[in-house]
Amino acid sequence: MGTTAMERPLARGTTKARRRRVVGLGTLVAVLVIAAAVSLAVGARALSPAEVWHGLFAAPDSDQRLTEIRLIVRTVRMPRTVLAIVAGIALGVGGALIQGYTRNPIADTGLLGVNSGASFTVVSVIAVFGFADPFQYVWFAFLGAAVAGVVVFGLASIGRGAGNPLTLALAGQGITVFLAAMTTAVALSDQASLNALRFWNAGSVAGVGFDVIWPVALFIAVGLVLALTTLPALNLLNLGDDVARGLGVNIALSRTIGIAAITLLAGAATAACGPIAFLGLMVAHVARYLTGPDYRWLVPYAGLLGAVVLLLCDIVGRLVVRPGELDAGVVVALLGAPFFAALVWLGKFRSA
Amino acid sequence: MSGTDVKPSVAPGVRLGQVSFVWRPWLACVTLLLAAATFLVFCLSIGVGDFPIGLSRVIATILGGGERVDEFVIMDLRMPRALAGLIVGIALGVSGALTQSIARNPLASPDILGITGGAGAVSVFLVTVSGGTAAAVESAVGLSAAALAGGLGTGLLVYFLAWRRGVDGFRLILIGISVSAMMEAITTWLLVTADIKDVARAQAWLVGSLDNRSWSEVRVALWCTLVLLAVVFCVAFQFKPMHLGDEVAAGLGVRYAMVRAVLLLCAVLLAAVGVSAAGPVPFVALVAPQVAMRLARCPTPPMVASGMVGALLLIGADLVARTALPITLPVGVVTAAIGGPFLVYLLVRANLR
Repeated sequence: MGTTAMERPLARGTTKARRRRVVGLGTLVAVLVIAAAVSLAVGARALSPAEVWHGLFAAPDSDQRLTEIRLIVRTVRMPRTVLAIVAGIALGVGGALIQGYTRNPIADTGLLGVNSGASFTVVSVIAVFGFADPFQYVWFAFLGAAVAGVVVFGLASIGRGAGNPLTLALAGQGITVFLAAMTTAVALSDQASLNALRFWNAGSVAGVGFDVIWPVALFIAVGLVLALTTLPALNLLNLGDDVARGLGVNIALSRTIGIAAITLLAGAATAACGPIAFLGLMVAHVARYLTGPDYRWLVPYAGLLGAVVLLLCDIVGRLVVRPGELDAGVVVALLGAPFFAALVWLGKFRSA
Repeated sequence: MSGTDVKPSVAPGVRLGQVSFVWRPWLACVTLLLAAATFLVFCLSIGVGDFPIGLSRVIATILGGGERVDEFVIMDLRMPRALAGLIVGIALGVSGALTQSIARNPLASPDILGITGGAGAVSVFLVTVSGGTAAAVESAVGLSAAALAGGLGTGLLVYFLAWRRGVDGFRLILIGISVSAMMEAITTWLLVTADIKDVARAQAWLVGSLDNRSWSEVRVALWCTLVLLAVVFCVAFQFKPMHLGDEVAAGLGVRYAMVRAVLLLCAVLLAAVGVSAAGPVPFVALVAPQVAMRLARCPTPPMVASGMVGALLLIGADLVARTALPITLPVGVVTAAIGGPFLVYLLVRANLR
């Protein structure tokens, strides 16, 4: 870890490497745009590019068929495309950040307890209030995610050695374990909760409207801004606390901002989509392989990769088990895992 | 040792012929205390039930001097369950300690090596897809055996996928995470498409349980565990360089790679034994070594103490689940509910000191 991080200034000096990274970033954006267009066109009813264009931009008119297309594009395909992009970026950036802040290459966005906190509040409010509609529990999910994140960070910050990456990772794991147990306990004693839990657990970008997506996107935007501000400090933190302190980094402050960013990103994405495991971990490693250890490049790459992967997985999920659908979260693991394992086997990754 | 000092001064080495080890009085003390506590809870757990038996009578019966009635209740009815808890706890604790030592990552556990994920996917498949009639045909024995095969198969798959001129800890856990994620995705999908009645049964199975253990199942698990622990014990003395990093260890010879491979395989098999006896109980293997490490103030997970913590956690949780709770919950829920917070408590306490 130390040696690779030390090589960074050298790598930055070469304009060639820099150009390669910029080109890579541009390529990712292009792929994302194409994937988004495909996402709008593909589904139970396939649409031509012209029809998508019409559905997006044409004014309403009397033609029955065109009105129908407008409806499909604007109220079904558009929301899930936007959500896949927004949540994918959030989980990718969150995954890269959590691996950086815990200095642990197997840390995932769920580690701070946000996934288990969200799951626990979801089953609890269903058991207590009998909510049946997903729209009702999105905000409880976000609340649970945020509270769990704050509790984990608070516990890891008590006393000497505050914010120590190892303590943070283990405290996150301890709270996750506990909340998962509580979730199971509630679900096993209340059938409605159990029923909701299994759908919630699959992780999906479908079925949520813009009334939910915009507020979620706002939280994610705040998280992204916080994340971007901590990147230079995160680079220095990965040289070790003492070096970072010597170079003038306010360690406690940058850790707090970083953890807040992760909680916002992962919490908001999880609230809207359910727990999408593995995505953040996977794209963080792929991004590190593509860019090297400089978090100012790694994090944007991870975000874009997250969006591309989640979008593509959602598209695949719509196509494979027609007329039904596979949830995007399930597809991420089923397709992403073998791909990732192959890269691991080929020796593409080194520990963070 | 000063008692409050987390990093002890250089511990004295002991050499007995070919074998050398570090003598840590505090570790020995903690391990003994844990063993005593485990035995006590073990006996307590046997004594509690519809026909309560006092602690002294339990101990007398276990040692062979009890009355006929007690002997029947204890040996035929309650012993298998308690023994299952003991075996599963030790197996998972040691397995976790091995995994975390080899991966040199405190977040690693056999859960990550694919065993719990594979066993879970297979059992959920049997419960949900084959439907009510076939599930009825699948007696409890058939289900556990199938789940064991699934878990073991997945574990070995991870192991062999990670094999590339030797097993590298980092590669192993990343591949393990991938394969586990796939297995969990399959499980999730099966649960989504299944009938809600089957879901409840599958969910309960996924959490792990010690209900209705029979002597025949326990006996197999017992012998397997004993053999595996013997192997671990023999090989573990060559294990210490592992913590110094791959390069240092590689410099110490080829034999080291063999030692690590054998220990990893033992970790996989021990976790599989745990699954065979109690289902895919999650988290015990993750939490127990970390708790043992902190109780024993060791820099790395101690093997024996980890096993003891695992056993204490499982038997204690089973006791709590049976006696203290208003609703019956699978033991895995209670182990996680106790183990997770206890780990957090130890972390916070260490930070406060």
